[in-house]
Amino acid sequence: MSGWQQHLIIAPIVIPLIAGALLLFFDERQRVVKAMISVVSSLALAAVAINLFRLANGGDFEGVYLLGNWPAPFGIVLVVDRLSALMLVLASILAIPALVFALARWHAAGAHFHSLFQFLLMGLNGAFLTGDLFNLFVFFEVMLAASYGLLMHGSGPMRVKAGLHYIAVNLAAALCFLIGVSAIYGSAGTLNMADLAMRIGEIEGERRMLLEAGAAILGVVFLIKAGMWPLNFWLPGAYSAAAAPVAGIFAIMSKVGIYVILRLSLLVFGQGDSAGLGLNVLLYGGMATIAFGTIGVLASQALGRLASYSVLVSSGTLLAVLGLSNGEVTAGALFYMVSSTLTIGAFFMLIELVERGQDAGASVLAVTMEAYGDADEEEQEVEVGVTMPGTIAVLGICFAACGILLSGLPPLSGFVAKFAMLTGMIGTGAAADQPIPASVWWIVALLILSGLAALISMTRAGIRTFWASMEGTVPRVLVMEMAPVMLLIALTLTLTIKAGPAMHYMEETVRNLQQPGTYIDAVINARRAGVAEASGPDGGGGI
Amino acid sequence: MELVLAIGIGIMTGSGVWLILRPRTYQVIIGLSLLSYAVNLFIFGVGGVKSNAAPLLGEGVDVSTLTDPVPQALVLTAIVIGFATTALFLVVLLAARGLTGTDHVDGREQPK
Repeated sequence: MSGWQQHLIIAPIVIPLIAGALLLFFDERQRVVKAMISVVSSLALAAVAINLFRLANGGDFEGVYLLGNWPAPFGIVLVVDRLSALMLVLASILAIPALVFALARWHAAGAHFHSLFQFLLMGLNGAFLTGDLFNLFVFFEVMLAASYGLLMHGSGPMRVKAGLHYIAVNLAAALCFLIGVSAIYGSAGTLNMADLAMRIGEIEGERRMLLEAGAAILGVVFLIKAGMWPLNFWLPGAYSAAAAPVAGIFAIMSKVGIYVILRLSLLVFGQGDSAGLGLNVLLYGGMATIAFGTIGVLASQALGRLASYSVLVSSGTLLAVLGLSNGEVTAGALFYMVSSTLTIGAFFMLIELVERGQDAGASVLAVTMEAYGDADEEEQEVEVGVTMPGTIAVLGICFAACGILLSGLPPLSGFVAKFAMLTGMIGTGAAADQPIPASVWWIVALLILSGLAALISMTRAGIRTFWASMEGTVPRVLVMEMAPVMLLIALTLTLTIKAGPAMHYMEETVRNLQQPGTYIDAVINARRAGVAEASGPDGGGGI
Repeated sequence: MELVLAIGIGIMTGSGVWLILRPRTYQVIIGLSLLSYAVNLFIFGVGGVKSNAAPLLGEGVDVSTLTDPVPQALVLTAIVIGFATTALFLVVLLAARGLTGTDHVDGREQPK
């Protein structure tokens, strides 16, 4: 462990913070400068995330960062392990295509797009890195405050109405978050996750009830974010109203809730008397969410709503599968999370391109087109070589790829993910001598049915969009807008080809999560810089 | 004192919950404000209710005479964040009023 590598841990928070603040100094008219700062920051973020990912995968990396050099249970810690490194990479990889997509048009549709985008990334990264509950709250609020602005980017009555509901729900959730955090503090006397995991065994009687109640309230907040039925009625409206690149990056926001649930349930409630707290809620709630999302997918007419309900299906699948608390299945679920986040991100952006040819959404874009492009650019663009049939063909292929990914058909990564989860549930992962419980069969049935529903509605939507009603209007698409979608789909293809190493990483991640002792040791015994002995007056005090 | 605090938190939470379920945006924002006051008091309360106790640890001071400083730090952060997000919500509320011409949360009046 060398010095500068240790400081990489805080970089995913600091880089977007500085970039976002710097962007505020530039006027909206200096669009090129703003775009460059934003792109450079996102690329740097991706580089740092990939570096941290390598270090975390290497094994002997001590991924604990003591802010202000305070010893662990007293100060604030940032922790990088395999899971948080994976989430960091996923967020930064999704951010680049979304940003490039936005650079084509959308960033000009309102003020401060780039600053808000950077602050959103900061909040996301902070939530993935933090090692204590109150900072989780703070980073959640940073992320949400930025998302409020981004959701209403481009304005219009639809977005403001959706934004109003979204903000009201999230403010109420933030208050629940505080109640949960303070109940946990009141009963355990600590907010550091590692310290909490260590002390939970000693808490008894009424205090344990208070702790469990606090944890349950906290869980509700994360389930609101993850979109579990019946806490998810805000989600389809908000996601389908958001501008395309915003909806693309929002695809990872619902995964933040799932990340925290996974982290806390295995770290704090992995063993001991409170083990498995709320697993049944995850299991049955997740199943209800899959069912709700499936019905929504089948019933959706507009593509935006179809994609929003696909977010719900994806969340529901993850929650239900995490509720099983089976290591092999959880590894499959992590793979599914990566695959479905990339897919849904690509799909939201693709929808906007496809719908551009139709009347819906054209009025929203009219303002942007006036601000950005004019007749000259249209001419130029045709010369660049995106001929009209070509556009349709590329859009169609991407649409088909999204359909295949969403429904989980071979050859793309959606299939590998579902196969990995199903193998864990009913294949080699299931215990041979015990009968498979009925709930597992229900999940299997729901998973397959949700795939079928996705296939049916994607086919229906595809036929309607590409074959039935083109009426001579071909969407005018820039290469810069097509490339991000294709990049994301190419990433899922890479994920399919590299499925072996990827699954191996996921299995290692789950193994780490199932041994909370390593995490606790790393945090509590984290060495302070410039202090020779780890067991100083406070350093070993928590043990 | 604990009883007064508990009743105060309860009344504010109850009023807040009732208000955020009302159809007017102004009622919702007042409800959210009341809820955030209740939550702030709750955070304050989890550290134990004490009067005239300092949060400062000194040499030879009995710990039981001290008050817990952490909830005070938490509540300060919570107040600041709550204040900012409420202000943001107020702006959205005004924008919604301007764009839809009504202060109903769904952007249109319910048919009578």
